[in-house]
Amino acid sequence: MNIVVCIKQVPDTTEIKIDPVKNTLIRTGVPSIMNPFDKNALETGLTLKDRYGGKVTVISMGPPQAKAVLREALSMGADEAYLVTDRAFGGSDTYATSYILSQAIKKLDDFDVILGGKQAIDGDTGQTAPSIAEHLGTARLTYILDLEVNGDKVIARRQVEEGIEVIEARFPILCTATKESNKPRYATIKRKIASLKAEIPEITLADLPDADVSKMGLKGSPTKVKATFTPKRSACGVTIEGNTPGEIANALIGKLADGKIL
Amino acid sequence: MSLLYTEEQKELLALVREMAENEIKPYVKEADEKGECPKELFKWGFDMGLHMLEIPEEYGGTGLSYETTAMIFEELAKVDAGYAITFVTTFVALRNVILAGTKEQGQYFADKIRPGSFAGFALTEPNAGSDPAAMRSTAVLDGDEYILNGTKTFITNGALSDVFVGFFKTSPAAGHKGISAFIIDADAPGVTVGAHENKMGLRLSNTTDLIFENVRVKASAMVGPEGSGFKLALNALNLSRAFVATLAVGIMQRALDESVKYAKERKQFGTPIIKFQMVQALLADMAIKVEASRCLVNNTMRMMDQGIMVQKEGSICKTFVSDCAQEVTSNAVQIFGGYGFSKEYPVEKLMRDCKVFQIFEGANQIQRMTIANVLDKEYR
Repeated sequence: MNIVVCIKQVPDTTEIKIDPVKNTLIRTGVPSIMNPFDKNALETGLTLKDRYGGKVTVISMGPPQAKAVLREALSMGADEAYLVTDRAFGGSDTYATSYILSQAIKKLDDFDVILGGKQAIDGDTGQTAPSIAEHLGTARLTYILDLEVNGDKVIARRQVEEGIEVIEARFPILCTATKESNKPRYATIKRKIASLKAEIPEITLADLPDADVSKMGLKGSPTKVKATFTPKRSACGVTIEGNTPGEIANALIGKLADGKIL
Repeated sequence: MSLLYTEEQKELLALVREMAENEIKPYVKEADEKGECPKELFKWGFDMGLHMLEIPEEYGGTGLSYETTAMIFEELAKVDAGYAITFVTTFVALRNVILAGTKEQGQYFADKIRPGSFAGFALTEPNAGSDPAAMRSTAVLDGDEYILNGTKTFITNGALSDVFVGFFKTSPAAGHKGISAFIIDADAPGVTVGAHENKMGLRLSNTTDLIFENVRVKASAMVGPEGSGFKLALNALNLSRAFVATLAVGIMQRALDESVKYAKERKQFGTPIIKFQMVQALLADMAIKVEASRCLVNNTMRMMDQGIMVQKEGSICKTFVSDCAQEVTSNAVQIFGGYGFSKEYPVEKLMRDCKVFQIFEGANQIQRMTIANVLDKEYR
């Protein structure tokens, strides 16, 4: 089975502090990590490989520093890693990013499963991975907990608000993983050492001659950021206390009436 | 941190730290109380390959340098030295095979360990501790086999190991020149694991008696020439002393970490106690001893990596570091005050854990004799 896992390098948001004066994020000195949901996706891919055999290829789009998360993926058990990088890719939004990644994935071997995290903890859009499926014209299943292969079909357990859906689909397929999908494994010492020495090939614009450049980078991105700001804190709520539920309900109705809401 | 770490070492330490903090630390208190380490906790170490660190690459191991291996074990010992020594002990046995064994024996040993198991080193007997030549266990040749009989005691990993390197008298009359070493499978008929020691510290580490009753091993299981066992054990132990010292550094570093944290939080007379000079002196002296100990361990490891004999240096390292560890952990308890004496806080365990470091791998009194004997020769 050929498995492709898309991973993103993100700032460790648990380490981010807010500048108390400017009300902006302090990004300097914040360590970069593998997006945690992508780590779950990688674990899903590695589990599939353990169970059914095959190859796990990891791919990331970003600047050369993003090789760090690709190395981490290799240390956990991925077989191959590619960095998709080019000045022409800079400034891409989720549409352009998913387009570029889909073109890069096409360049690799035929795939059976593409995996990604349900969203990245920096942008939190959750759009990129599902959009890759759209560009490639494959089926997609978001928020999957696990995958079981049955002949040419795949059975996914999918986490939805109402509970767990069990869905059957055909290969090839794109799935996104969540925190609940699994507990990602640790690297081994041996693989860690090898990963630090590994050559990580780059996929640049020149490697994608058939791709449409107008769908890439800042110019290929329909999303325009108008402004970023820290929302003002809204007024605090009021806790209504009382001895009995009836007493509390009466007090609440009184307040709603006073406010001319009722 | 007193050492200049390579990028690779930093990455490996971060990896081991993350695993130990998340997967081992939460269970240490309970395991310490029970006096045994649950098997599931060792699985984390096996999955990471900690049992293969020192096994040479030619036998399918990781073949790390002594220097880097020691750093990794210091990191583990910060969380629990008993957990760490369980992995270290495999290599105490292995070093005998590497020093004097054949390629086949090396491969045999590595193949036993690779799937995820431990090894043990069986030298000590009830009446042969500091004086191993007094051992009574015997190996008698019978055709192409040896028949082993005897009782070994204080065997680390006694009940956990799949393979042992054990020492037996092939010529009981010949004193220390009559001792030979053998590789023995733990499941060989006649090998019985005796009682588990209820120890003061290192309680996650398994320590048992080992009884050999007419255990038959192939003559090819002998490590090195007949009668060379005593010398082999001493040479292997020379390499092992700095390794127990690295665990003691881990314990000390933990003691210092906990003490500084506590001294910054604990207020008396309206002031964090770290602002009081008497406490500052304690903390500074602790830091001095941790730093010096780590440097001494590191230098000894680098000498070992160069293949230099460390008879004197290994003894100096182990003695100095384990003596420092007593003072550092005792002062950690002092800084915590009454809370330090309570099992609710983490420092009393460190004090219990580190005592044995003055005793095992040769008591510090024996080490001082060794150091003086080498000096005597050096200045001839």
